[in-house]
Amino acid sequence: MRKQLVYAFLCTAAISGILAGCSSKSSATESTASPQKTEAASKDGAGTGGAAGKTFAIVTKAAGNPYNEKMAQGFQKVIEAEGGTCIIKHPESATADAQVSVIQSLISQGVDALCIAGNDENALQAALEEAMTAGIKVSCLDSKVNKDSRQTFVNQAGTTEIGQALMDAVYDISGGEGDWAILSATSQATNQNAWIEAMKEVMKESKYSKLNLVEVAYGDDEPQKSTDQTQALLSKYPDLKVICAPTTVGINAAAKVLQDEKSKVKLTGLGLPSEMAEYIGNDDAHSCPYMYLWNPIDVGSLGAYTSIALVDGSITGKTGDKFTAGEMGDYEVIGASDGGTEIILGPPFKFDSSNIDEWKSVY
Amino acid sequence: MEKKLLKKITGSREASLFLVLVILCMVIQIFSPSFLTAKSILDMLKNNAVIMIMALGMLCVLLVGGIDISITSTLALSGMTVGMLLKYNIIHNTLLLFLIAILVGAICGAIIGFVVARGKVLPIIATMGFMYIYRGLAYLIARSQWASAENLGGFKNFALEKELGLGILNNVIVIVLVCYIIFFAVMKWTKTGRKIYAVGSNPEAAAVSGINTKRIKLLVYTLMGMLAGLCGALAVAVYSSAQPNMLYGKEMDVIAACVIGGVSMSGGRGTVAGALLGSLILAVIAKALPLVGIDSIVQNTVKGCIILAVIIFNVVAQRMMQKENLKGREM
Repeated sequence: MRKQLVYAFLCTAAISGILAGCSSKSSATESTASPQKTEAASKDGAGTGGAAGKTFAIVTKAAGNPYNEKMAQGFQKVIEAEGGTCIIKHPESATADAQVSVIQSLISQGVDALCIAGNDENALQAALEEAMTAGIKVSCLDSKVNKDSRQTFVNQAGTTEIGQALMDAVYDISGGEGDWAILSATSQATNQNAWIEAMKEVMKESKYSKLNLVEVAYGDDEPQKSTDQTQALLSKYPDLKVICAPTTVGINAAAKVLQDEKSKVKLTGLGLPSEMAEYIGNDDAHSCPYMYLWNPIDVGSLGAYTSIALVDGSITGKTGDKFTAGEMGDYEVIGASDGGTEIILGPPFKFDSSNIDEWKSVY
Repeated sequence: MEKKLLKKITGSREASLFLVLVILCMVIQIFSPSFLTAKSILDMLKNNAVIMIMALGMLCVLLVGGIDISITSTLALSGMTVGMLLKYNIIHNTLLLFLIAILVGAICGAIIGFVVARGKVLPIIATMGFMYIYRGLAYLIARSQWASAENLGGFKNFALEKELGLGILNNVIVIVLVCYIIFFAVMKWTKTGRKIYAVGSNPEAAAVSGINTKRIKLLVYTLMGMLAGLCGALAVAVYSSAQPNMLYGKEMDVIAACVIGGVSMSGGRGTVAGALLGSLILAVIAKALPLVGIDSIVQNTVKGCIILAVIIFNVVAQRMMQKENLKGREM
């Protein structure tokens, strides 16, 4: 009996301690916020300065991926330069489930802003809505979540810009006519599906009428399955000229298959320079003449400036909002195709034999 | 004598499995004539080498009544070790790298074996823990870096060359063959092999008859680890890329290969030939689905259905064969 009383007392004490800790922490942040803010503003001048004393979190798709790592670095650099505290969260696996638990822990930590690269467009809605209700400014970058789950989306390259760039690459490499195929990630990958749709849209122009898209194959971003799919494409379509793989794992596996088999089929798509350096070149010995991607550091940086602008109130995520992203220049929030809003970083960046050596060490 | 042999063949689970495999291949061949070509089959073996080799280790683990779901994490850890050693220009010798990979795997496996055998932790719980630990370690040593084709230098050529296969067979396929031959011989004709079966079919009886069951358990988990380690190096060579999330979730494919091959989940029953046929059936399905022209989106569903159909067909066929054989006895 006495023991139970002691336990009860201890529990109450612990709970009140936690509560006290929380409240004192938040008041401490508020009180120190103003001096730091002026300091950051004077130090940085051009910066928005609203980051001081605030906590900004970035949630990537999964741990252990250099692309995600660079994006987080870009985010962290801007946040810290602006005087804020940065939390980087890499979920253990590239699933929505793993991200939900990360989001929930961030809500309980009481961060000011959360910028997420969604592993699923819809599955994160409940968790992200909970975050917004808790007063956290929610934006997404790299891979979007649906319009109700976000305030705005930092789009690494406009869907139409990517669709156009990839279609032009296919047109150019194939010589303007013939069979080509797409090797994508999973059939429900948000990014890839949007780009493939955009490519199909571009294909409707009469210029591309001689190009024949024979199949969209899905390698599930697994080297093994992507290899099977690439080999199947090669044996099913003997007249195939180009494979377009808008996914980093897929393009890597396909490049390996094509180069090992000394196939005449050429490859383009979206890939990491460091992973693809071995396969990029204009001669027959290389399977990929050129490919595209954006700079993940810039994606992270723009995500950080967007989070800061959301937190200091200079934008709310509505269409027409404008803000300055430090040295990156001025950006405007525009309407996205899904009814939400987005901020577009710029057109994708082309990697070919002339610049791959310079970029392969970057990411 | 002839009848006896025939009975022996038709009575075995492997015979009906082989029948399933042949039918499967024939059906696929009708839909896609390019399936049964030498190149296509060699491609398939190379692309499934990792699963096929690990199925051997899993066979032993399942035989002693255990299970190991940490294998792909061990694979990732050894693969990343190889990748990082190459990336930072520490070791370039292919043979040495393979030995290191096997050693890493052996250590990982031995630790699991120790925990399961000495610590008497349930295998599924213990290996689940190690699944996270080893995968985490793979991420740790990777430090968010991948080793790409460019970093791998001459090592990746191992998966392209045929020197072990005397210029005919790809090195990777030779390794698969060698593993299967060794395991076939060991499991059938050596004391150790028979001890593994004994421990699985009746641990108490095995212990009473003087078999050190703990040592056998330690041995099978170490073997499993060694094979997973070897596969780590193989996977890096085959895909020219070392990533910490290598083969994430594929341990289920390895277990499925064994189960399709008639290996009992409760221990004591299963053969090397079964593991081979099981993993071949899985490999054929993975290779064939994109070839046959089934819509990509439904491929996984079809894969599941085929696996179930194969198992059901196998069970039915076997019962029928047994019935036939029993009839023969009455005569």
